[in-house]
This record gives sequence, structure tokens and C-alpha cells, in this order.
Amino acid sequence: MSNNEVLIVARQLSKRYGDFTAVNGIDFEVYKGESFGFLGPNGAGKSTIMRIISATLTRSGGEITILGKDPEKFGPEIKAHLGVVPQADNLDQALTVEENLYIYGRYFGLSKNFIRNKIEELLDFAQLVDKRSAKVEALSGGMKRRLTIARALVSEPEILMLDEPTTGLDPQARHILWDRLFRLKEQGVTLLITTHYMDEAEQLCDRLIVMDKGSIMAEDSPAGLIKKFSTKEVLEVRFGSDRNAAVAPELSQMVERTEVLPDRILMYADDGEDLLHQLNQKGLHPLTSLVRRSSLEDVFLRLTGRTLIE
Amino acid sequence: MDKRIGSLSLVNIERVKSRGALAVVESRVLIFLKYIPALISTAVANPFLYLVAVGIGVGKLINAHSGGVDGVKYLTFLAPALLSTAAIQNAMDEVVFPTLEGFKWNKSFFAMNATPISGKQIANGVLLAAMSRVLFSVVVYGTIIFLFGGFSSARAWFAIPTALVAGAAFGAFIMGITAWTKNDDNFFMVLNRFIMMPLFLFSGTFYQLSSIPIYLRWIGWLSPLWHTTELGRFLTYGHHISVVMFFVHCGFLIAMFTFGITFAHRQFERRLSK
Repeated sequence: MSNNEVLIVARQLSKRYGDFTAVNGIDFEVYKGESFGFLGPNGAGKSTIMRIISATLTRSGGEITILGKDPEKFGPEIKAHLGVVPQADNLDQALTVEENLYIYGRYFGLSKNFIRNKIEELLDFAQLVDKRSAKVEALSGGMKRRLTIARALVSEPEILMLDEPTTGLDPQARHILWDRLFRLKEQGVTLLITTHYMDEAEQLCDRLIVMDKGSIMAEDSPAGLIKKFSTKEVLEVRFGSDRNAAVAPELSQMVERTEVLPDRILMYADDGEDLLHQLNQKGLHPLTSLVRRSSLEDVFLRLTGRTLIE
Repeated sequence: MDKRIGSLSLVNIERVKSRGALAVVESRVLIFLKYIPALISTAVANPFLYLVAVGIGVGKLINAHSGGVDGVKYLTFLAPALLSTAAIQNAMDEVVFPTLEGFKWNKSFFAMNATPISGKQIANGVLLAAMSRVLFSVVVYGTIIFLFGGFSSARAWFAIPTALVAGAAFGAFIMGITAWTKNDDNFFMVLNRFIMMPLFLFSGTFYQLSSIPIYLRWIGWLSPLWHTTELGRFLTYGHHISVVMFFVHCGFLIAMFTFGITFAHRQFERRLSK
């Protein structure tokens, strides 16, 4: 948080579709310059919140203001300050890379001269200088995402909204994208990110809310959440799918918290190596074992009893 | 990108609110520019083939047999109908395809709507862009008819504005229907076979509506093509219509346009906020 100016405030925000509640009375604030995340599995209500913020979906209840304005009354005014990167790329397939940036700037009413200069800057930022005349359909998934992000920056938005920015990308493309987003963050752009990848949330978010079934389960920094809801380390052990359930009761005696997953058992401890040593001393020899640092995945498991990606 | 100053100082929201539709037109024009050879060749080849086959070929027979239709040469009789048909066909192509594409195929309308541009402005922009293509096509068509000797006097050029009215009314209507339709699988086929073809055949295009059986005439009454063709014939060579019918024709076209654009606005706004 670079300072305390509040850009977005939601109070008891909810969205219902008939009997289904997509967002269930949630409260949150987003401060200027921070990178704020919504972490949760598919269907948690993350994209719904993003659409309400971006003034393309009406809420069913509660209050929300973006830059002090109600999106239902000031849709175009609010959209003028946002850069939106949707979950599925909606670039204009018939146009080239450069033309996509150009026309998007025109939608914001920007002058041709301004856009022309801006295009150079954005192509450079998105590492697409060589592809400027290529048609969109010829781009890789990672390039399309970078172009969609560059497009969202054409109007120099105060808030950049990214809905599942790296879903469907290979690891290398994800790292390039994260690097670009870091740069934006360094420049002070407020980022709003939804993701169901815990590593992404840990990498990119200063603060996040963990969501499940339309409700907020917890809110803090990634490190704060891990500290609050998990131990320092996790020992993952496998005894084979038949034996896992049989040894689970004994294992749960040894630590405060265990999670029995279909293929493995997670044991929460501050010193994983030491715990593994104790297991061996008891004559419990797992087929495989792994000591790792606690992650947001463990926080989510603790809060909901489920894994993020199912 | 060393400094981010936020969009406040960049985006003139009043300008977008008043002229956003023009940015949508610009996006369509960018695409038109990629198909210039195709646009020109269809604009020229279609009329040319029609005029040779029907206007000149059939016309020669009719002129020889009965000295024309409605007191004028067959091509003069036909011209307003051909121009209106071309306008309607072009308007349909240019609203149906971008609308399906924008909502479904590449979702470009959702990208536009993430900017300050509203659903209404997108609809207006698509229709305006379609009308620019319609204008181009009917002017080319009119010029070719003129070169074929189909325009008996200067007032024959009035067929161009009446064709534009047909294109606008039908285009707005079809754009609304396209935005409303959920299933686009056979949409084009159904539209072409069950709407365009009957309209073309039974709207008094090739002969006067009064010369077809009464049980088919309703197609003409509901067709913007018949109403504009009647107006076009009245304006271009003085085809007789009563004062009442003049207002009926104008009223029908205005009503169709108004209904179409209002319906389209509603459907665009609704689909974008779902």
C-alpha cells in the first residue's frame, strides 16, 4: 500500500441469479497503488465481482463505489479509469496487433497522435515490437495475453483489472507475464487480480481475499494468511492409496493438524524434517515424503476443507 | 512508461459519450479497408449481372411485348426496386455478421463495452458503418443503371435516397433480431431463405404487387422493400400513389426503423450486461 487513498469500497455486496448466490454480502476495500487479489476456485464469485467493479454487471444488493462513484450511475465515467483484461481474450481477430491497440485507444476517445506514440511504448512493454503487423490469430497464447494487457493500458488507467491473467499459459509465458505485471506495480498502477493459482497470488498480491462460494473466508497479505492459518512447514507423506487412510489416525495424534487427501497426507508442523524423523522412529516409513513451506493452498484447504484446483 | 498519471487527464468522457459510435464505425472501416477488392467487385459485379440478365434480357422481351411496365421502360420500372434490394441485402450482411461476431465469435463488443462506450453506441456504430457500405453499393449500382440507360430523367437519382431508407429500416430491424437470437447456427440460412427470398420475390420487385394473387400480397405489405420501391417509383418517374398511401409507406418505414433501433439498443444493452 503506497498510501491510504481508497479507490474501491464494497459493503455487503451481493449478486444473485435466481436462487443461486454468486456473491454473498462481501466487504472489501482496495487502496491506491496496491496489488489486490481475489483467490478462490472456479465459481467462487471472483469474475462476478470483477464485472460489477468494471460496470458491466449490476449488483443485487449492497453498496460499491469505485473512485467514489456508483458504477450503476456512472458506468462510462468509471470505465474511463479502468483497464480491463478479461478471462478470455477478446481481441479483434481481423485486425493486426497495432490496429488492436489503435482502435482501443479510439474507444476511449483518444487522439490519433497520442495513440500512435502510445503504441510504440506499449509494443515495447508487451515485447511485441516484431509482431506489430501480425494478425492476432497468428500470436501465441502468451502474446495474446500480453497484447490484451497492453491494450488495457492504452488509456493509462488508474486501475488495471486482470481476470485469471495466466490461466492456460505455459510456465515460461506465465513468468514473462508476471514480470510485466511487476513492472506496472512498480510504476504505481493499482492491480486487481483474480486467480485460482496460489503461486500467482503469492507472487503478485500485496493483499488478498480468499473466496469460496461467494463469501470471503479470510483477508490479509499472503504471508499474513499463511502465518494465521497454517504452520511454517508441511510434511507430505504417501503410504500408498490403500494404507493412507489406515495410518491417518496415528499421524493425526502427532501434530495439531493433518489433511488426508486422496493420494497423500499433509502434516502441518513448524519443523518438517524433525517430524519426518519422528515418523521414522515410530516405524512409520512412508513410500515418499516431501517437506515444503506452507502455501496459500494450505490456507485454502484449512478454510474450506477443499483444494483450490479440483 | 516511467510515469502513470491516470486516465482522468486523458479521457474526455463527454466526447466519448457524444461521439463513441463513431469510434465503432472507425473499427468497422478498418476492417472494410482490408476487403477493398472484394467490396468493389461485389458492388460492381452483382448489379452488372442482374442488369444484363433481368433488366436488359427480360426487359427487352417485356418492352417488345407491351412497351414496358407502368408506362415506362422495364429497366426504369425495375431500378428503384433493384437499388432497394441491394441496400437491404448489404445492410443485412453488414449488421448480421458483425453482430454475431461481436457477441459470440470473438466477443469484440464486450471489449468495446469495457471502455466508456455503451451498448447503444455500439449498435449505432454498427448500423452507421453498415449504412456507409450501403451508400457505396447503391451509388455504384445507380451509376451502372444510369450507364445502362435505365434512368430516364434526372429525378431517377431519387431512387438512391429511398434505397438508403430501406437499408436503414431493415438493417436496424435485423440488427435487433440478430442481437436477440440465441442460436446462430442456421441464422444466416433461415434469414436468406425464409425472409430475404420471399421479400425479394413478392414485394413488387419485378412486377406490380397488384398483379400477384391477393393471398401473397401481404408479404409485400410487410416488406420494407415494397414500401420503398413504391416511394422510389413515385419519385423517379411519377408512378401513381395516393396521398394516403404515401404516408402509409413513409409511416411504415419510420416505424420499422424506430422499432428496429429501439429493440437493437435494448438487446445490445441486455446482452452486454448478462
